[in-house]
Amino acid sequence: MAFEGIGASVRRKEDLRFLSGNGNYTDDINRPGQTYAVMRRADRPHATIKNLDTAAASKAPGVVAIFTGADMAKEEIGGLPCGWQIHNKDGSAMAEPPHPVLALGKVRHVGDPIAVVIAETKQQARDAAELIEIDYQDLPSVSSTVDAIAPGAPEVHDGVAGNLCYDWHIGDKAVVDAVFAGAAHVVRLDLVNNRLVPNAMEPRAAIGEWDTSSGDYTLYTTSQNPHVIRLLMGAFVLHIPENKLRVVAPDVGGGFGSKIYHYAEEAIVTWASAKVRRPIKWTADRTESFMSDAHGRDHVSTAEMAVDKDGKFLGLRIHTLANMGAYLSTFAPAVPTYLYATLLAGVYTTPVIYCEVKAVFTNTVPVDAYRGAGRPEASFLLERLVDCIAHDIGIDRVELRRRNFIPANAFPYQTPVALQYDSGDYQTTLKVALKNADWDGFEARRAEAIKRGKLRGIGISTYLEACGIAPSAVVGSLGARAGLYEVANIRVHPTGSVTVFTGTHSHGQGHETTLAQLVCDQLGVPLSQVDVVHGDTAKIPFGMGTYGSRSLAVGGSAMVKAMDKIIAKGKKIAAHLMEASVEDIEFADNTFKVAGTDKTKSLTDISLAAYVPHNYPIDEIEPGLDETAFYDPKNFTFPGGCHIAEVEIDPETGVTEVINFTAVDDVGRVVNPMIVEGQIQGGVAQGIGQALLEAAIYDKSGQLLSGSMMDYTMPRADNLPNFNVSTENTMCTHNPLGSKGCGEVGAIGSPPAIMNAVIDALKEYGVRHIDMPATGPKLWSIIQAGQTKMAAE
Amino acid sequence: MPQVTLTVNGKQHTVAVEARTLLVELLREKLGLTGTHVGCDTSQCGACVVHVDGVSAKSCTMLAVQAEGTSVLTIEGLAAADGTLHPMQEMFREHHALQCGFCTPGMVLSAIDLVNSHPQGMTEKEIREGLEGNLCRCTGYHNIVKAIDAAQSLMHAK
Repeated sequence: MAFEGIGASVRRKEDLRFLSGNGNYTDDINRPGQTYAVMRRADRPHATIKNLDTAAASKAPGVVAIFTGADMAKEEIGGLPCGWQIHNKDGSAMAEPPHPVLALGKVRHVGDPIAVVIAETKQQARDAAELIEIDYQDLPSVSSTVDAIAPGAPEVHDGVAGNLCYDWHIGDKAVVDAVFAGAAHVVRLDLVNNRLVPNAMEPRAAIGEWDTSSGDYTLYTTSQNPHVIRLLMGAFVLHIPENKLRVVAPDVGGGFGSKIYHYAEEAIVTWASAKVRRPIKWTADRTESFMSDAHGRDHVSTAEMAVDKDGKFLGLRIHTLANMGAYLSTFAPAVPTYLYATLLAGVYTTPVIYCEVKAVFTNTVPVDAYRGAGRPEASFLLERLVDCIAHDIGIDRVELRRRNFIPANAFPYQTPVALQYDSGDYQTTLKVALKNADWDGFEARRAEAIKRGKLRGIGISTYLEACGIAPSAVVGSLGARAGLYEVANIRVHPTGSVTVFTGTHSHGQGHETTLAQLVCDQLGVPLSQVDVVHGDTAKIPFGMGTYGSRSLAVGGSAMVKAMDKIIAKGKKIAAHLMEASVEDIEFADNTFKVAGTDKTKSLTDISLAAYVPHNYPIDEIEPGLDETAFYDPKNFTFPGGCHIAEVEIDPETGVTEVINFTAVDDVGRVVNPMIVEGQIQGGVAQGIGQALLEAAIYDKSGQLLSGSMMDYTMPRADNLPNFNVSTENTMCTHNPLGSKGCGEVGAIGSPPAIMNAVIDALKEYGVRHIDMPATGPKLWSIIQAGQTKMAAE
Repeated sequence: MPQVTLTVNGKQHTVAVEARTLLVELLREKLGLTGTHVGCDTSQCGACVVHVDGVSAKSCTMLAVQAEGTSVLTIEGLAAADGTLHPMQEMFREHHALQCGFCTPGMVLSAIDLVNSHPQGMTEKEIREGLEGNLCRCTGYHNIVKAIDAAQSLMHAK
């Protein structure tokens, strides 16, 4: 048998169904008697609904029912809950205004749902939705992060003064200020982290179904975490106990964070299915996704580093404004605080850090975690700031980084911003990346490019992230309203095949393969005899889902723990069958053996005995070979590494071409190298998209200008290079696998590497910083201004 | 309601549709062929690509009635009757050219047309330019390009 365990690049088990059109995504599911829902949404950013008339729409052909916010309010349906509470500097709780499922009295962003039309066909529902008459009184609106907090700005929520959701900080300001006062250099950078639209290729969809016989509800939904949706929707919105509510997240076509959250449409179709006593399907069209899926990023920051005469970082001081959008999405408040400010030490020994974050409401789509979530914002800020320090005080940017790295022998390393890193080796990832990218040969390549009339630049980022979320007690003390353990149920069947029930969810990550490889490794069962089941609350005991690169580090660790229990029980059965003492039983390669003898029993012998317990220690242990484990991580994991980008800019057009991209990442133990490289490549592509192409743009009137794929620039094949991706791993010290996580590193490390390269290419024009995205027109203007200025000199 | 008669994956169907019904709606909702996906509403993403009379077409941008008399190939009809995968499907699997799988049917069918229309073979740059009409958010295209390059060798060798 070919090696299939930890370390093998086995081809994916799930591919056959996806390649043959047999995937089963939510919109592919059709339930008997199904109806179709279409949302009528706000076409303006901020208005009072003076009158809402559904009479004409109700009479349209095929209409089954129409519901509005008032209909839901009558039944005391709750608002959409927020899962994380941040506290202000003064200890008071953040502002948490209501988030009605369907608008009540006011709309607060373009796309805010006002009414749902349920009809026999989707076309009929769409036609009828247009017949709903809405009499609006427009209110002044605010969409920009900076404008939201300006004096006199229009207020998004009554009772939330100055649109301030929270005013939070970490670190000791007085201590940091004192360090700045005595520093040889203070380097400052103002920067924006651009707002993004996640755009998973599968638009969100949901089907609600109520069983007229049992009174049970089922929700099929495009979710990264079905158990979390069951908990949030059941307990806080619809008041349905868990035993009466099943949530299924079947094949899901990408998530990147945007499918973590509990969305209005899930609650609407579930609630309404009992009203109309028929299943209801809702599927977003892409334009609807743009104005209803949570967006990402949208920070405006000022960063300052105090530096000594030798370039050692003495202290960091940050002020960040973060846009929450019109309402608090499920995990939104945590993103610019605990997933951002705690990462500001990065890979450096900066001894003191102070970070102040103000989060604001605006008349825009809610903003929440998007691939990396807070950590890309931290790494972009730090790695751009480090390049500015190198620029301003005249130290080589690689040497400056080396001088400030946390040394490999300093772990565990306590940062000044709460985290304790367990392992890492930043000098090694840097050294290998410099070699793989031929950093030393760059100037020759630049000179050659100049001959062709191109501006060539190289950029580096040495980044770190925290993932494998998260120790429940720690996040609980920081305001999380959930635990963040993971659950695995390992079922060894009578004939020795295995089903894994995992609380994580695969929406492209390849869990059906990677998690099965863990079983090959630990129990010695061939991959073909292992199935991984995920995404159904009726099948899986519990789970917190997939995000924050947690599935292997946390979910895989739960599997290891459950398999340990399988082996422990198997040893007792084997001891009985082979008339030996339990202490003498060894297990390896699918076989239980009496130590020092040739007496053996296979795992199948043991599982058969467990389910057919004729000769069995029935007084001591129960029949069956089926174990469940909950694993709560002891710490976060800390992947990191070095990304190097090499770009060429055409001065005639301003268009940037990424020529080479090198990533050397430390992701801990790698189970399937092929899948890990694929995850990193995909993350890097999203990072390049953020750096060069993507931006969610609202105009002054609150309309989303980049509201379709014609207006929002998604990276295409010819925007991207081949990627030179590899890993140099140190092991996570606190989980049984040693794995750290690889899902987000690409998106976290790459944007600063690209922007540092773009700025390096333009250095002859005196460019010190450019905000993302570095589009052709933006760079063309910079180049034109630079050329004019140089000609004048 | 207009009727449309067309052949899908070798089997003839006559279906009553609204005049405004799109080809992708006919395939997904009337024929239950849900392998063809809808990822956008502006003809940008290519998740809905099928072959109409042997040429790739975005089935979200074509009315069902325009497919009258045509022969349509969807992802479900691509593998041989005995289940043997098309070389493009095989190379996508071999080179890990898919993650969530949502763009994959359109990507595979676009790629096959691309290879068929370049009998002289394509460079990496040409493959990338040829994929302009298909979006993937997961892979960064690196492995898709590798898979198509490997598949074109297999397809042209036949």
